[in-house]
Amino acid sequence: MTRITVTVDGVKYTDDVEPRTLLVHYLRQNLGKTGTLVGCDTSNCGACTVHLDGHSVKSCNMLAVQADGHEVTTIEGLASDGQLHPMQLAFNDCHALQCGYCTPGMIMQACDLLKDNPDPSEQEIREGLEGNLCRCTGYHNIVRAVQEAAVTMREGGATTDSTAPAQAVTA
Amino acid sequence: MTITENQAPAHEIGRARRRKEDARLITGRSRYTDSITLPGMLHLAMVRSPFAHATIRSISTEAAKAAPGVVSVVTGADIADIQGVNINAWPITTDQVTPTHLPVAIEHVAFAGEIVAVVVARSEAEARDAVELVDVDYDELPVVLDAREALKDEVLAHPDLGTNKSAFWQLDSAAQGSGGDVDEAIEKARTDGILIEREYRQQRLVPGFMEPRSVVVDPTGDQLTVWSATQVPHILRFAIAATMGIPESKLRVIAPDVGGGFGGKLQTTPEEFATIALARRLGKPCKFTETRSEAFVTGHHGRDQYQKLTMAATTDGMITGFKVELIADLGAYVAIVGGGVPVLGAWMFNGIYKIPAYQFNCTTVLTNKPWVDAYRGAGRPEAAFGIERMMDELAGEVGADPLEIREKNWIKHEEFPFTTVSGMTYDSGNYEAATARAKELFDYDGLRREQAERRERNDPVQLGIGVSTFTEMCGLAPSRILGSLNYGAGGWEHASVRMLATGTVEVVTGISPHGQGHVTGFSQIVADRLGVPFEDVEILHGDTAIAPKGMDTYGSRSLVVGGEAVVRAADKVIEKAKVIAAHLLEASADDIEFSGGRFGVKGTDKGLGIAEIAAATFTGHNLPDGIEPSLDADATFDPVNFSFPHGTHLCAMEVDTETGAATMRKYACVDDVGVIINPLLVEGQVHGGLVQGIAQALWEGAVYDENGTLVTGSFVDYTLPSAADTISFITDTTVSPSTTNSLGTKGVGEAGTIASTPAVVNAIVDALRPMGIHDIEMPCTPERVWRAIQGASSRSVDETQRDAAPHFEADQPNQDPSATTGGAK
Repeated sequence: MTRITVTVDGVKYTDDVEPRTLLVHYLRQNLGKTGTLVGCDTSNCGACTVHLDGHSVKSCNMLAVQADGHEVTTIEGLASDGQLHPMQLAFNDCHALQCGYCTPGMIMQACDLLKDNPDPSEQEIREGLEGNLCRCTGYHNIVRAVQEAAVTMREGGATTDSTAPAQAVTA
Repeated sequence: MTITENQAPAHEIGRARRRKEDARLITGRSRYTDSITLPGMLHLAMVRSPFAHATIRSISTEAAKAAPGVVSVVTGADIADIQGVNINAWPITTDQVTPTHLPVAIEHVAFAGEIVAVVVARSEAEARDAVELVDVDYDELPVVLDAREALKDEVLAHPDLGTNKSAFWQLDSAAQGSGGDVDEAIEKARTDGILIEREYRQQRLVPGFMEPRSVVVDPTGDQLTVWSATQVPHILRFAIAATMGIPESKLRVIAPDVGGGFGGKLQTTPEEFATIALARRLGKPCKFTETRSEAFVTGHHGRDQYQKLTMAATTDGMITGFKVELIADLGAYVAIVGGGVPVLGAWMFNGIYKIPAYQFNCTTVLTNKPWVDAYRGAGRPEAAFGIERMMDELAGEVGADPLEIREKNWIKHEEFPFTTVSGMTYDSGNYEAATARAKELFDYDGLRREQAERRERNDPVQLGIGVSTFTEMCGLAPSRILGSLNYGAGGWEHASVRMLATGTVEVVTGISPHGQGHVTGFSQIVADRLGVPFEDVEILHGDTAIAPKGMDTYGSRSLVVGGEAVVRAADKVIEKAKVIAAHLLEASADDIEFSGGRFGVKGTDKGLGIAEIAAATFTGHNLPDGIEPSLDADATFDPVNFSFPHGTHLCAMEVDTETGAATMRKYACVDDVGVIINPLLVEGQVHGGLVQGIAQALWEGAVYDENGTLVTGSFVDYTLPSAADTISFITDTTVSPSTTNSLGTKGVGEAGTIASTPAVVNAIVDALRPMGIHDIEMPCTPERVWRAIQGASSRSVDETQRDAAPHFEADQPNQDPSATTGGAK
């Protein structure tokens, strides 16, 4: 067992883990962060994408011990001060999710994409999300959501009340 | 929430409501099966056969049993009396050959990936470690992998059955009186008409839902509770009760959040049965979650047909007969729908056309590959592909525009309802309107001009335009028809509507959504029907203790059948409330009018809201004599007919004749799915469906090596499209209300997938038709397109005429075999 200290969604955890434990399994099984999901075993699907020190990583593709001393943000820690992230709101507004399984990873990757490129073209969005698979949406509305979030974030990151997002945003 | 003051809007149906489901899914508050952990829970891992066909000589479990954390290791023989059996619910003929499918094999394995032993340990990692320590001694047997090869019965997938042929099923229009004799039509066309004979391959596909299947079983309560990543909790409960010796009343099956299905999760699986057997045997909660690699080799696959199609027509392009001969690969076992999937094509190969004579023949065969069952569309994509590809071939033969040939043969909008040559009565449709709108959105004429220009100047990048004017049958299914087809269940759906004391509404439905947005759509329906706010409607589903009756979600049935059950239950609530309203308003029930959530007395301004009636019913202080203090109502709806959505899909592909690369330039579609409850949900279903169908045309295919090992066994090799592979689509709708349900809905879940595959292939073939090419096998990889161009008899593009420079010396060793045999086969 190896002792690690990781800050996850703003909370500092110290745990003994088997050295072979993947970061995603540490998040899900040790910390109960089940919002982060596992969709494959070859690091292709991106369902497990989280931020490590602010940049997206596939948490099935690194060991928990590699996160020692680092800061991890999962989908569960993306909203701040009770406000949903503009990307979360845009996914709801643009119907960019159906079954929801790819959604946590897709949102985390999309946030990272906009951090690198706040004003991406459609093609840049598509290529920026290439490592995240979705079987439901055909990507059409995911691209639209990222475009919408990009506009919101460039205009100052205004968000609406996060207490009831699905109800708050209607046609 | 306390008593609500939300105001109901005038109309919810037709609004692009954002989904209620999203709030938890975008914040990580999801509850998928693998996220469930119970106290003392044990973890299962499966020992699987690496061989596609073998007998099991012996299994040594001693080393695994001694491994750290291992609680139990069992073989099929150890649990023979408690493991149940995986059933086929639709034997397509009474003499169908159906191999027994044990969850854990005992003596014989018939595909690579079949379970031979189960390890139970305290952690998932310990269970998987111990799998490596189970020593299984196999005697390998010869494999049969190809369906046509299997029909020769030279190598048997199951030697004890004596044959690979499972069943033969025929629909003949002359025999059933719905049309003429197809062979006569063919003979006539052979002498004085057009006869088109083609063979198409529907390759094997992997459903590829994003959530791997998972099952958790808790045996510690009075009822055995099963959580499963399934589309069919009710059917699963029935199958467990029917085969495992557990009374149905002692079983609770829950489908929590389910991450996609596309048919791939309508199976009742060996893994579910094995987990139940072990949980019962050990008396402890057990979980099994498959890896993605396991999902590829053991989950059921889709399609896998050989289609031999013969179309007879007059010289000016009027179809006179159509004969379909299918060979359908069932894999090693007949799955729950099994041979019923290709048989569903029987009523769809005639498409939207008036065909005088028709015959559908389907032979189902067993091979040493994983089982085949429903995958988005289930029998209908295969049929739509066949007929829509043939319509383009007919157009090519006549030398007419593919849309003109279709219009010449399709059912005109004034001819509905129309009974087709296969015997189905199409309730409504307007192919002219959908096609006109699609042509406009696509700029059909402009792209045809560009195509002509590129041909004229021998552009190395040719443009092809593909057409697909598909229809499908949705709303599965009228129980009487299912009965006549020897299907093992009905096709009805159930709903309950419960008026709560504070005015909010609980709706219980027997459908089992897994991404479609039914909670949002059904809320809109009930909000309109009862005149209550959208926000005040809660939809409950996917738990047999909460929604005890249901037939679950597949076959674009949820809205058409399940939605109608909800409507009928809501109408019963209104009728019950009307009696109480009349009493409270001191009026005759005949004088009570219900509108916008309010019971009013005709000709007066007196009235009560439905929430007030609910509160009065709750207290029961002042009800009419003999009236029960409840507004709640149930309804079970059995449809009398299917519904028939249709649409016109147009696809432009740019085909690089030098490299074979085919790139999508534009895709426009106009679907008629009847009345639309929520246009946002419809668009989402169409987009996702399109990409799955496009992926069959361009990228996906399960490939096996000669030993029966799946070569495309991960997302590395089985190429699900990413955002970078796809484009944005132009979608629109026309509305021909269905006449088979009160909302006028038709179903949309499978439309995009059914329509898009032939549109894409037609476009690629259209680009290359001047070269004499009339087919490319799917997936239309650059290599296949390039080889077709190289092999074409007349090439119109000079650059493709020269052969590639030789890379190797002839007759020298160490040459790359893929350069000569082709790796993508």
